[in-house]
Parts: sequence; C-alpha cells; structure tokens
Amino acid sequence: MLGLANGYRLTANSSEMALTNETIQERLIAKFGDLVTNFEAPYGMLCFEAPKDQNLKLLQFLYDDPELRFQFLTTLCAVHYPQQKGRELAVVYHLHNLQDNVRIRFKVFTDITTPDIFTATNLYAAANWMERETYDFFGVNFIGHPNLKRILNVDEMDYFPMRKEFPLEDGTRIDKDDAMFGR
Amino acid sequence: MARPVQYNVKNGGGKAIHIVAPPEGHTGEGFFTTKLSDVVGLARKNSLWPLPFATSCCGIEFMATMGAHYDLARFGAERVGFSPRQCDLLMVMGTIAKKMGPVLRQVYLQMAEPRWVLSMGACASSGGIFDTYSVLQGIDQIIPVDVYIPGCPPRPEAVLDGFMKIQELVGKESIRRRNGEQYKQLMESYGIQ
Repeated sequence: MLGLANGYRLTANSSEMALTNETIQERLIAKFGDLVTNFEAPYGMLCFEAPKDQNLKLLQFLYDDPELRFQFLTTLCAVHYPQQKGRELAVVYHLHNLQDNVRIRFKVFTDITTPDIFTATNLYAAANWMERETYDFFGVNFIGHPNLKRILNVDEMDYFPMRKEFPLEDGTRIDKDDAMFGR
Repeated sequence: MARPVQYNVKNGGGKAIHIVAPPEGHTGEGFFTTKLSDVVGLARKNSLWPLPFATSCCGIEFMATMGAHYDLARFGAERVGFSPRQCDLLMVMGTIAKKMGPVLRQVYLQMAEPRWVLSMGACASSGGIFDTYSVLQGIDQIIPVDVYIPGCPPRPEAVLDGFMKIQELVGKESIRRRNGEQYKQLMESYGIQ
C-alpha cells in the first residue's frame, strides 16, 4: 500500500505541469516554426501536419524532447484523398506519451505519383509491420525500410486495394444480381 | 433415467424397427450376391472420415454437429481426422481468404482418392457477404466440390442433410468413376495433374 501511495504521489508530482495540447503546440512551433501547420484538436486530440521530408526530424524531436516524450507509436496508416491534387496520400502517425498519457496525431501528405516517405523503423521498431501494411494497401514507398513487401494480401496482388480507384468488390463474383442490390 | 439395455435389444415396446434395405442382389440359403461396387459403396459411405477445414463461424456449427445432440457419429463419421492422407471427405467450413486458397488446394491434393469435398455455408460456396478483394469467391474456383450447403451459417440439421447427400453420392459411385475420362477432364479443368 505504501509503495502504491508513493507511486501515486510521484505521478501526481510529475504531472504538476500536465502536458497540454497548447504546450505541445508551442514547443513544436518554437522548434520548427512554419513547417508544422494545420493544428486542430478534434475530440481533444491534438493533430497537426508537416512536410513529408520533415517527418523523421519531427518524430525524432517528439521522441527525444524531455517534456514531450512521445516514445510509443500506437499506429500508423495512410488515407487516400483522390480529390486533393498533389497531396492525395496522407500518412498518419498516432503517437502516445505513456508517462503523461497524452496522444497526438501527426500527418504528412504526399503526391500519389511519388509516394516516397522516410521510414520510421529506426526510431520505432513497431513501425516495421505497420509500414509494410501501409505499403500493402496504399502503395506508400517507405524509403529505408528493411523489408518492404506485402504483409496481409497475397504476394501476387498487382495493385493497392485501398486506393479509391479500385473497386472493393471482387471481379470474379458471379452470383450477385445487381437489381437485388438496387444498382 | 437411462433406458435399460434390454429395451433397445428386445424392443419390448413393439415399435417398428427400420433396417436399411440391402443392395440389389440375389438371396438364397446362406448366401447373398450383389455387385462389388454396391458393397464398396456401402462400406465407404458408412465410414467416411471427414477432414474439417474450419475457418470461421461455420466451424462452430460443425462443432455442434459433432456434439452429442446432433451427433455426426451416427452416420459413420465418428472419426474426424486431421491428416489429409487418412481422410475421405474434405469439409470446407468458413471464409477462405485468397491467401488461404493455396493452402486449401494443397490439403485437397494431399488427400488420397477417392475423395469428396463438401462446401459448407455461403462463404465457402460463393464468398458470401465477403465480396471483396481479399476473399476467394467460392472454393470451386480452386478445387472441385461435390455438395454445397446453403446458409450463413447453416444449422447442424443442414450439415447432416449435406452429409447425407454426400453419402448418397458415395454409395452410388461406380468404383471405376475415378479412372474415367470425365473425371480426368474435371481434374484437368482444375489443373490437377
């Protein structure tokens, strides 16, 4: 019980200056200036964007900074926005500061014709499979990834199924009558 | 309370006991002659060894079918084998992803002739609700299927019905069928040897 009580007090002390979204935003702007943009906090979760060639510098800063300490990569994925010309693919990193229990989202956008993003595997080992998955479904080319090949889909697949131009439905299906699906 | 054994043996209640009719043949004093294929069919169909290839909820229904209440063992399929080399009936139950396709095909190829395939449920038969890039739209794209059971998932009664359909096929199958030209063509259409 004593240990628990001490532990609780320690936590309470260290969170005297609780890490707020404003603090994170200020530190990021102090370090990177205009490079970080589009700050917003939907449902209280801080979210921002940076140029894609800056992603590693930003992740490294978020990881190393003694206050920010975003040392856990919760997840990583891509989103396809076909209508945004020149920035069709977004790669989203969900980061977690385990000490202060704060989560943030960090996005980089890339042109779909050159979907090259630096890999985060050297910083977060967890990024390895997540980047493979992102490559598998969206075709994001993670530069420097140790083993960038398909992870979930069949190896023979010759397209990236989560890109919007590809149909969700399988082309070999023969038993579905479109009239029954209101088409 | 359990019934005493004599009740089953002596039929004290006078209930009609149904015995399956023997195959067509000639009966005489102490002998019975019939076709070899009938006898072989009879033996095969009442001792099918199923190989359950259960990948999702249909597999759960199959577990119920194997359980005491529905009891697939009544049909001579007590022995569920997990080695393709020993089994006669491949029961594919559940969604087969495209990545699982080669595995399923390999299991089928490892089975010795004669072999039968039962496709249980909407997913195995047609892809079911999973009309998507990652799911095989019916296992008959990669292996020949003898009986399809509709349902999502089918009730154990439907599985028993499907199994009895398989038994019917097995019992009536000519022992020469697997050497026939038609069968060879079927195999070739699937690219098997």
